[in-house]
Amino acid sequence: MSKFTRRDFLKASGTAAVATSTLGLSSFAIGGSSKKVVVVGGGMGGATAAKYIRMMDSSIEVTLIEANKEYYTCFMSNEVIGGHRSIDSIRFGYTGLASHGVNVVNDMVTGIDAGKRVVTTKGGKSFNYDRCVVAPGISFKWDGIEGYDDKVAETIPHAWKAGSQTMMLRKQLEDMKDGGTVCICPPPNPFRCPPGPYERASQIASYLKAHKPKSKIIILDPKPKFSKFGLFKDGWKRHYGFETDKAMIEWHGTPKGSDDNVLVSVDAKTRTATTNFSEVKADVLNVIPAQKAGAIAFAAGLTNEGGWCPVEGKTFESTIHKNIHVIGDAAIASPLPKSGYAASSEAKVAAAAIVALLNGGKAPQPSYVNTCYSIIHPGDGISVAMVYAYQDGKIIKVKGSGGLTGAYDAKMREREEAYAHSWFKNITADTFG
Amino acid sequence: MKRVTAVKTALMASGLFLSGAAFAGSPSAEMLSYTCAGCHGTNGVSHGPATPTIAGISEEYFVEAMQEYKEGTRPSTIMTRIAKGYSDDEFKAMAGYFSKQKFVAMAQDHDAGLASKGAKLHDKYCEKCHAEGGTSAEDDAGILAGQWSPYVRYTMDDFLSGNREMPKKMKKKVKKLQDKAGKEGMEQLYNFYSSAK
Repeated sequence: MSKFTRRDFLKASGTAAVATSTLGLSSFAIGGSSKKVVVVGGGMGGATAAKYIRMMDSSIEVTLIEANKEYYTCFMSNEVIGGHRSIDSIRFGYTGLASHGVNVVNDMVTGIDAGKRVVTTKGGKSFNYDRCVVAPGISFKWDGIEGYDDKVAETIPHAWKAGSQTMMLRKQLEDMKDGGTVCICPPPNPFRCPPGPYERASQIASYLKAHKPKSKIIILDPKPKFSKFGLFKDGWKRHYGFETDKAMIEWHGTPKGSDDNVLVSVDAKTRTATTNFSEVKADVLNVIPAQKAGAIAFAAGLTNEGGWCPVEGKTFESTIHKNIHVIGDAAIASPLPKSGYAASSEAKVAAAAIVALLNGGKAPQPSYVNTCYSIIHPGDGISVAMVYAYQDGKIIKVKGSGGLTGAYDAKMREREEAYAHSWFKNITADTFG
Repeated sequence: MKRVTAVKTALMASGLFLSGAAFAGSPSAEMLSYTCAGCHGTNGVSHGPATPTIAGISEEYFVEAMQEYKEGTRPSTIMTRIAKGYSDDEFKAMAGYFSKQKFVAMAQDHDAGLASKGAKLHDKYCEKCHAEGGTSAEDDAGILAGQWSPYVRYTMDDFLSGNREMPKKMKKKVKKLQDKAGKEGMEQLYNFYSSAK
């Protein structure tokens, strides 16, 4: 944004581009041939892409635009809710990225002009790019649940974007009386962090078991099953009396073809969740609404009818707009899940593609990995992992690889917890460090 | 080596490349290795507290470890599931990448008194293979000095419980060490390795 390159010069001396491309430019460097990438969003995907592009080719000018000065990771935020971790430990700033030469701009992107290759912000700035990375995460479908919207979420937390929402849910649990009812309403597929709602139930249960043992957690789920289904149920039996008359966690699913526990309405005053089948008056209510791509993806016209962003799996370039790469939860990267690890992996594949393409080469053959840890109870960690490859124009699971943690083995579960905490330290350092 | 790569590239371009990886085209060593960073740290330098640093690892040892994980002969939590996603050629590519990265020892809690006793035990029983105070990856030895302590302990636990087979030479030395210094000796050794800077 600070350098006016030969390309901009050529563009600026053209016709239509004059107005926009000169707007945000403060100096001229005529004769240079700098390559510019603008990254929209500083979560796991965006921050990783910005850092890795710089690591791979430091001649590329990378600007990352993020509305928040700090980022709270969603992963491990359940440990904050369970009282096992401080909120400070999941907060990350952007000085690490700046040390890699990333130009970090604290502003909100309001528009992306794919034709002119210009990103504009709420602060009135504009940024030219050769290639743009859009990593907007998720937004919520507020119209699906009667009585629940962004305003109500200020008292009935979703806690599906970490930070103040995480703290609100934690505070409500701390304030709840022993013998209270916690109701969790997980979203329908697809959504960010598939095992997340169930790890959350586990973490809350670990807190209640130790401090408010007469309390109960009721999960009203619109789905017939969920990620790590067997492992969670087995862990809940081991730690929380699941499926006994002393069960601390009750899970009420929805059989295939039925709409039993699809959440219909929320009464914020009485903290009541109503599905087609049940009504639960809770002391603490956690509603996780259905999801779609982050707002800027819609503003930039990068979404399909399902509300997510179709991409080419080798480069993560949007199949709608050229030169824009969408990564992370907003992208349709199936079979890769919407997870922090997948976002990081996608970011590196996209970064390698962008670096190659900007240098006149071809996007390299990708390789992707996902690893998701969940902690059912202190000392009882589980995981799911998968290796992915690119074949015949598609992302595929490598046959025989991946899968879930095996049958219960106390020693190995302790190791998994230690590795989960290591994973947290390493992936956050890899992203923000 | 270069020529092989050139031939492979040519075959890949013509769509005739079928051996090695089960899918067309091989990701580069860098591309494969980037995916490890989420758990093992950027360039394989782990910030702990348990996952081992794989930067600076011996190439042979890396490939052997991955093959053992893949076959299930080396106990693991997650590595067997991950290793099954790669071919031998890919193991070799990643081994080449990580062996060239610099091992960085991170500060860890330790008892200095135990560590100095451990240093003597190391010299006597371990130094022959884990040379230079356990900092060397020569002779395909694992780097012990500065490795994350929980991982070192898990590994020894697997060896001592019989879940993982010790190399013959190691078995002899560990037996001697245990006969002489017992559990305390192991503890001293662990503290020595976590005292490295």
